[in-house]
Amino acid sequence: MSDIPSELKYSKEHEWVRIDDDGHAIVGITDHAQELLGDMVYVELPEVGTNVAVEDETGVVESVKAASDVYAPVSGEIIEVNEDLVDEPENINSQPYEGGWLYKVELANESDVDELLTADEYADLIADE
Amino acid sequence: MPFIPHSAKDLDVMLDTIGIDSIDDLFDEIPTEIQAQGLDKVPTALPEMHLGKLMNQRASMDDGYVCFMGAGCYEHHIPAAVWDIAMRGEFLTAYTPYQAEASQGTLQLIYEFQSNIANLTGLYAANASLYDGASGVAEAILMAVRANRKAKSRRVLVAGSLHPRYRQVVRSIVESQHIEIVEVDYDHDHGVMDLAAFQAYEAEPFAGVVIQHPNFFGNMESVDQLTDWAHSKNALMIAVTNPLSLTLMKPISDWGEKGADIAVGEGQPLGIPMASGGPHYGFMACTQAIVRQMPGRIIGKTVDLDGNPGYTLTLQAREQHIRRAKATSNICTNQGLAVTASTVHMAIMGAEGLARVATACIKNTQKLVEAITKIAGVSVVFNGPRFHEAVVSIANVDVEAVIQGMTDRGIIPGFYLGEHYPELADALLVCATEMRTDDDIALYVETLKDVLNQSGGEEN
Repeated sequence: MSDIPSELKYSKEHEWVRIDDDGHAIVGITDHAQELLGDMVYVELPEVGTNVAVEDETGVVESVKAASDVYAPVSGEIIEVNEDLVDEPENINSQPYEGGWLYKVELANESDVDELLTADEYADLIADE
Repeated sequence: MPFIPHSAKDLDVMLDTIGIDSIDDLFDEIPTEIQAQGLDKVPTALPEMHLGKLMNQRASMDDGYVCFMGAGCYEHHIPAAVWDIAMRGEFLTAYTPYQAEASQGTLQLIYEFQSNIANLTGLYAANASLYDGASGVAEAILMAVRANRKAKSRRVLVAGSLHPRYRQVVRSIVESQHIEIVEVDYDHDHGVMDLAAFQAYEAEPFAGVVIQHPNFFGNMESVDQLTDWAHSKNALMIAVTNPLSLTLMKPISDWGEKGADIAVGEGQPLGIPMASGGPHYGFMACTQAIVRQMPGRIIGKTVDLDGNPGYTLTLQAREQHIRRAKATSNICTNQGLAVTASTVHMAIMGAEGLARVATACIKNTQKLVEAITKIAGVSVVFNGPRFHEAVVSIANVDVEAVIQGMTDRGIIPGFYLGEHYPELADALLVCATEMRTDDDIALYVETLKDVLNQSGGEEN
């Protein structure tokens, strides 16, 4: 069974969102997603300063068997990316919700977060797959 | 699995299984405006017997000439063993190695090819080949735009001293992907790129710069200065080159402080016959930083569970069978057989042998230039260091008529430049490879004199 922390919000494309103390959205891919993809070998991160809208492509995660686009779960400006993943993409496998985070967004619409799934809703979604 | 065409019944079963009515439905996702609505310019099929006659007739049109034309395709000696080995059934019939474990021989050969190209260019990695030099430049431009996200630009500056037909192919391929090609004129006095000409376009950002070295005219560009300038503007440097020239010149990785980022070119000079213009192949190499944006197939060397060496397809996630529409390119192994011959050619010739060929070409072209510029009215257009081609002008005659006159007498005297460069309407690009003897050069001189005298006589 995948780990689905209750305090996070989720997208249908298997991204998670955490709102930090400054009100910024931190984005990563879920434990379920990393399990499906397998061992990560490469991450293409978005450029800091890029403005993204919900569902825009914001990079690629590549595993030994597949490459998958990452979609923006929220709108706003990319203000930071997890540079550690360039050398250690496996952090996405080992700690998807901590060291495996992808990028941080300055929210354009805080209401985007309300549109996302709760942990229970996301658990139902992946149970149906 | 037998490789035989599907019967109508097979097709019906397959269509039924996936739940569609016709094969056309498979192409629904392609917008109708870019679908080919019938190929009315393609002639109908010919029986094998007729086709064989037609191709023999066309091939015979190339026979019997002494060739002094290069312009991207060169007559070099190819040891008989090269194609004897390449045409062995094991190589000849092998197709793209999807089943890597069953294709170790093909994979090893491609790995050796890549290693040779990486050695020649000095760059980190090479791919398994491209279709040809021209489309290779287009692929390099697409790659540079993908890789250079910092530039936030789809504009690329291209040297006017790049092969004019390469520039045409580049436009055909990349402009439909909304990439802006800016052609920067060359210095008409020296036949090379002047940094100031590029700098005139630097106000707007650009993702890459393309130069050819030795350039289309055979001249040497200021590669260090141009590469450092491109990098100072956050652009990637694409080096178009002749692989034979790399046996004598410093590697692409040593251009400027950081080296060029992508090397690309036509592989024909390495063991591929001119063959009426093809099939040839393109090669490409790049730095480690952008290797994941390289198009095409890459073969890697690894070990199996028992520690035995083995070869494998690597970085496949960039490729179309995994990434579909988002693949770096639609190209695969491409010109596998040409690459096979080229790899054998490089192995037989060796680094020293290839360097001797390059040296002989330089000397022969120099001899040719010295001999023909003794004729009144014939002069060399650009002075300066050059590889194995030179631009020569002939005053006060119709140069195209001179070329035709010499061709009628069995000599292909060079490539007419006026078609692509109006300022060179009286000039042709000449080349004498290691295949041209002193007698050939003497024949060129006598024939040219003869044709010039005749055309002069007609005018009088």
